[in-house]
Amino acid sequence: MEAVLHTEKHEHNEAHGHSESFIRKYIFSTDHKMIAKQFMFTAIIFLFIGGAFALFIRWQLAYPGEPIPVIGQMLPSTWVNDAGAVTAEWYTQLLTMHGSIMIFAVIIPLLVGTFGNFAIPLMIGADDMAFPFLNMVSFWLFPVAGILMMGGFFMEGGMAAAGWTAYPPLSAIASMGQTLWIVALFLIGFSSILGGVNYVTTILNMRAPGMKMFDLPMTVWAVFITAIIITIGTPVLASALAMLFMDNFLHTSFFQPENLIVPTRDMSRTAGGGQPLLWQHLFWFYSHPAVYIMILPGMGVVSDILATFSRKPLYGYKAMVFAIIAIAFLGIVVWGHHMFQSGMNPLLGTTFMVSTMVIAVPSAIKTFNWLGTMWRGQMQFTTPMLNAVAFVSMFVVGGLSGIFMASTPVDVFIHDTYFIVGHIHYVLFGGSLFAVFAGLHYWFPKMTGRMYDERIGKWHFWITFVTFNGTFFPMHILGVGGMMRRIFDPTVYDFLKPFQPMNEFITINAMILGFAQFLLVYNLVYSWFKGRKAKRNPWRANTLEWQAPSPPPHGNFDRALHVYHGPYEYSSPLTVQDYLPQTTSPEEIEEQRRHHEQRLQQKNEQDTHA
Amino acid sequence: MSTLATTHTQTNTGIYHGKLGMWVFLASEIMFFTGFFGAFIVLRNLNIEVFTASAHQLDKVVATINTAVLITSSLTMALSHLALERGNEAKFRLFLTITIICAFGFLGIKTYEYASKFSHDIYPWTNNFFATYFTMTGFHALHVIGGLIPMIWMLGKSMVKGYPQSMHHRVETLGLYWHFVDLVWIFLFPTLYLIF
Repeated sequence: MEAVLHTEKHEHNEAHGHSESFIRKYIFSTDHKMIAKQFMFTAIIFLFIGGAFALFIRWQLAYPGEPIPVIGQMLPSTWVNDAGAVTAEWYTQLLTMHGSIMIFAVIIPLLVGTFGNFAIPLMIGADDMAFPFLNMVSFWLFPVAGILMMGGFFMEGGMAAAGWTAYPPLSAIASMGQTLWIVALFLIGFSSILGGVNYVTTILNMRAPGMKMFDLPMTVWAVFITAIIITIGTPVLASALAMLFMDNFLHTSFFQPENLIVPTRDMSRTAGGGQPLLWQHLFWFYSHPAVYIMILPGMGVVSDILATFSRKPLYGYKAMVFAIIAIAFLGIVVWGHHMFQSGMNPLLGTTFMVSTMVIAVPSAIKTFNWLGTMWRGQMQFTTPMLNAVAFVSMFVVGGLSGIFMASTPVDVFIHDTYFIVGHIHYVLFGGSLFAVFAGLHYWFPKMTGRMYDERIGKWHFWITFVTFNGTFFPMHILGVGGMMRRIFDPTVYDFLKPFQPMNEFITINAMILGFAQFLLVYNLVYSWFKGRKAKRNPWRANTLEWQAPSPPPHGNFDRALHVYHGPYEYSSPLTVQDYLPQTTSPEEIEEQRRHHEQRLQQKNEQDTHA
Repeated sequence: MSTLATTHTQTNTGIYHGKLGMWVFLASEIMFFTGFFGAFIVLRNLNIEVFTASAHQLDKVVATINTAVLITSSLTMALSHLALERGNEAKFRLFLTITIICAFGFLGIKTYEYASKFSHDIYPWTNNFFATYFTMTGFHALHVIGGLIPMIWMLGKSMVKGYPQSMHHRVETLGLYWHFVDLVWIFLFPTLYLIF
């Protein structure tokens, strides 16, 4: 109670206009910046849970059957055997939960929830979201769902174990943990849709006076397009989940074929006649666009960071916008490329193959424009910039390995191997997560009013970057060598035995990678309280959020804004500074120039006197 | 800033937040039901005999009455918004009450239909036609309930301390949703009851 009173008083002193109770301010807050922080903290907690699961998987693959060091004996008996080694049952749960948590409780909440909420109102000059209350509901559905998803731990049969793709019939006849997983995903989907509706309305309706759609920074454009994909794609997953839930819970047979015999389940009520492939179509109709939900906001964030730290305008701004729109549109019509091996008309497979490869065109537009932005710029290698450059290079690797999978003849060979595991991690970790790191550092001064520690930030980046490549690059080789994607013990196959040292190498890298993330947490937490005070615009950036105080109070801006310029007027000949904030009026530019010329004249006079 | 305050400020599109947000949400809702319709098409093509035989077990007369009830409620919903916009709160209350009665009527008739199916030992797991039937109409009924709650709240507020004319936007937004619920039924009715 004392702590609560203390915080209230503290808040009041910070000239916040009006004081709010602790609960209204920190727990059930409707302020978009607080909701962004809530998303961030919750997602980082899930990041460590999902990461720990990944390390257990890696331990089993490198040292199959050997006890997990240090904590092996402490884990519950449903997870490990008497010696403390991973059991096969737990291994399938680990695979499922690692994927589900990282995608639905880490990447999407970090990129869409955190950056979307934090950046949109600040970057368009609004005081808050269009629907602050909906925003709060959207956040609170997420931790509830996250806990439900892992609630299977307390159930007979453990957590969901049908893979993150939950293919029936396995997922339709599985344990209570699977049912909880379905409910959790439904809630997360609902949360995403509420967020998406909010973002679209806010961006269309609440831009500052003078701000046209083509004055929006790339981050806002990217989140806008992402929000549209969310509102169109997520409900399809929701309907599929509803049907899977019915199959699981009420023994219907949407996805269950005729005469299915399952020893562990009473199938007498199940009529059969369903279509397992139907789930795959519905699932991928959402989950392929979801891949772009997870990368587009990252592309937006990185575009902003590259322009700011290269001190150059973003190369081809409009082309970048249309490339995002093109990626989003193509992303919705290519879901079938996940199903080449599931049984598909070859003609249809060819269609999906071609449409998938076409995505390389807008992706290449983006990549070359990023390079064009950096080309001959005055690059400043701060932590956000390093992470952003890593995003570009790792995205290229992930994008190129994607072309292998997209071509049906190659996919037949490498489908369901570690090649695809390597690919997905190059895109989701090398792409999305590096963009998250870049964005977290970039907006940290605005979010907290303090600077992060540059030295720790760089250490974190370099360790992460090196061990990331050490972890995921060899997976391509394992995949081409034939190691299966969900294999429990690679040593049972003779042809995989020579790869065992490579598996050990990956695991050692993965462990360093995992523990290096504590550097990030230390940097964020320490700097939040003890960091150097940040100025209003520490990066000398153009976009509107840097015109607000650091951290912005409730209601964001302390003066009325009017937008005169696009977001990327760096090194503009219009002005004497190397940046031109979007709100600088022509009169102010003139004023600055006069001031500058006066100073030059004075200096000249001094020189001639000397 | 609360939503209330921002609804009255100028927006870039000229459309107030609630209306724009509702349209986006309805786009999302369309895709939700599209998933079910897609499943219906696939499963029907797989089990055409089962679907035809089962569809004939449904009660077309009751469903037709229900359609009429729901369309009436859509009309009265629009009329209640019109009345409030013109400042006639008594009429607003009257039409809103009729809308609520119709919505309850719809749910009542649906319950009767469900009960008569259960009494004939027909359940969602009986076959794929009834699985889709119960899922689709069940989710539709949930949407009806979702519309009823704000309607009752508005009526209650209007009776206790009056519903201000300036808040007719909220009624319009709810009306949009309600017409969507009506429209979904207009697709469900022929799909499940009539085409076989």
